Amino acid sequence: MDPILTRYVREPKAFTLDFYLQHEGYDALKLALTKEPDQIIEMVKASGLRGRGGAGFPTGMKWQFVDKKIEPRYIACNADESEPGTFKDHLLMERNPHLLIEGCAIGCYAIGAKIAYIYIRGEFLHVQHVLEHAIDEAYARGFLGKNILGSGFDCDVYVHRGAGAYEAGEETALLESLEGKRAQPRNKPPFPAVVGLYNRPTAVNNVETLCNVPLIVAKGPQWYAALGPEKNGGPKLYCVSGHVKRPGVYEASMRITLRELIEGFAGGVPDGHTLKAVIPGGSSVPILMPDQLDTQASFDGIQKAGSLLGSAAIVVLDDTTCMVWLAENLLRFYRHESCGKCTPCREGTDWLHQILRRIERGEGQMRDLDLLTSVANNIAGKTLCAFGDAAVTPVLTTLKHFRHEYEAHIQEGRCTLPASWRARQMAGTKH
Amino acid sequence: MSFHPQMAYGAAFHKSSRALEDEGPAFVYTPENRARFDEIVTRYPPDRRRSAVLPALYLAQDQEGYITANAIRHVAELLGITRADVEDVVSFYTMFYTRPVGTFVLQVCRTLPCAVNGAERVTESLVERLGIKPGETDPTRTFTLLEVECLGACDRAPVVMVNDAWHECQKPEDVGKLIDDLRARGDAALSGCHHVVERKG
Repeated sequence: MDPILTRYVREPKAFTLDFYLQHEGYDALKLALTKEPDQIIEMVKASGLRGRGGAGFPTGMKWQFVDKKIEPRYIACNADESEPGTFKDHLLMERNPHLLIEGCAIGCYAIGAKIAYIYIRGEFLHVQHVLEHAIDEAYARGFLGKNILGSGFDCDVYVHRGAGAYEAGEETALLESLEGKRAQPRNKPPFPAVVGLYNRPTAVNNVETLCNVPLIVAKGPQWYAALGPEKNGGPKLYCVSGHVKRPGVYEASMRITLRELIEGFAGGVPDGHTLKAVIPGGSSVPILMPDQLDTQASFDGIQKAGSLLGSAAIVVLDDTTCMVWLAENLLRFYRHESCGKCTPCREGTDWLHQILRRIERGEGQMRDLDLLTSVANNIAGKTLCAFGDAAVTPVLTTLKHFRHEYEAHIQEGRCTLPASWRARQMAGTKH
Repeated sequence: MSFHPQMAYGAAFHKSSRALEDEGPAFVYTPENRARFDEIVTRYPPDRRRSAVLPALYLAQDQEGYITANAIRHVAELLGITRADVEDVVSFYTMFYTRPVGTFVLQVCRTLPCAVNGAERVTESLVERLGIKPGETDPTRTFTLLEVECLGACDRAPVVMVNDAWHECQKPEDVGKLIDDLRARGDAALSGCHHVVERKG
């Protein structure tokens, strides 16, 4: 499949409105404005578009759930891309910002919203500048603002900058942050489609999801669905990073396998090394082993293999990677990013990190392995949002596949696989 | 603090123990920042001015270098919320500094994809070169070194963010050059353009 979303990203000036208009830009918006909003929702439903942020929930259904009786309604675009290993939205916004703006405008039209807020992570200031420049261009040419293209439809798009919180990527925490509070999740239900931003019906959609909407409108849901396997239609962006020769964002049909992505597009692991494990969907999902590389990299394919596609952040790990170190590294992340609202997660991630650090330093005991499992099981499923489940996954999945490495650390009293790319002396972390 | 008898919890505990203290000098927005603030507030419904707290704090931080108690008061007054509401936000988000920082804040991404590409070594080199540990500012207040979590550019690992500019694919042996460059040329040494194509020609 030829790239669609990222077709022009390497062209100079691809981010400008002039370039976008020369390549069928905003044609989908023009077409959408000639249809009824409900027709757009039906098209998105028929296309089978699934949310690209991680959960894979059908976008058309989400839009249908938005309560059309209550005004005003909002779109909140989730551009808080923070899942370790994920950098696809970064590329889309930096190189193809008008596609996102067009997606926001069509989305607003479909659900009857007048404002879309793009919640972008604080570190993406340079991306925000590109996006805001593109928004100004769109206003100047009448693709945003009052009475868009003479249709009577008004739509404003604003960029809202976050300030460094992984949890803001959770949809209800994002809404809290947009309201000027701490990014902490709300209880669900009610879901944002009913009670969202400012207690109004809100559709929270990922950047890549909204970027797919203009394609569906322009080329039709059947064309879109046929790009991928059943229920996994459309183009998909994969972020391949870690121990590969050519890390990067690769666009493909979800018919592709992990092997084609890793060994084909990304060039495989560096010479002289072998593949040890793959994290297929960001740090929050279970590890897949080298014998599972022929898994289809679709939402359903990866799930069948025992993991999740998540944000399609494929982190490749070669034989130099110590799996206890990996769990420690990721738990330090989760410990740092836990928002502190739910006790099991706030306290538990710190406990897990402390135990892992102890084992990694060679100061662990065999009973620590049961302790890890016990603490993990007391976090999973006991928190308001999915963060708790995500945080324990690196622990449980490494214990499942690499228990022998944990045992070796404890028996030998040291890290048994100190890679050359690690710090010379394992530093105590204070933050 | 934790209560497991076997576990040694030291000074490095949770971020909830962080305190805001610095009163700082008297604070009001400059006329330019006030005008920007007034524009930003219009993006949100009139009864939801609180939404502008993050952009309002960014303006204060740009103006003062860090967030002082006086800046918090000013922002709270302008938004019609309590000082505690603003402090609540400041203490939660990691991108607001509550203490003075150096002219250049170096933030090394330490999460998995950067780490497997040598981010720990990059931090080590910076520690050696600058003589400060992560979390510290050097005596001349030129550099602050921080370790941060995933910055979202894992294909260009390891990433070091200098103020708001991204320096990508940093090898441990390269960072000395980066420091020299920043010392010699100041802001001009910051990576200016990040576009995949336009960058570096």
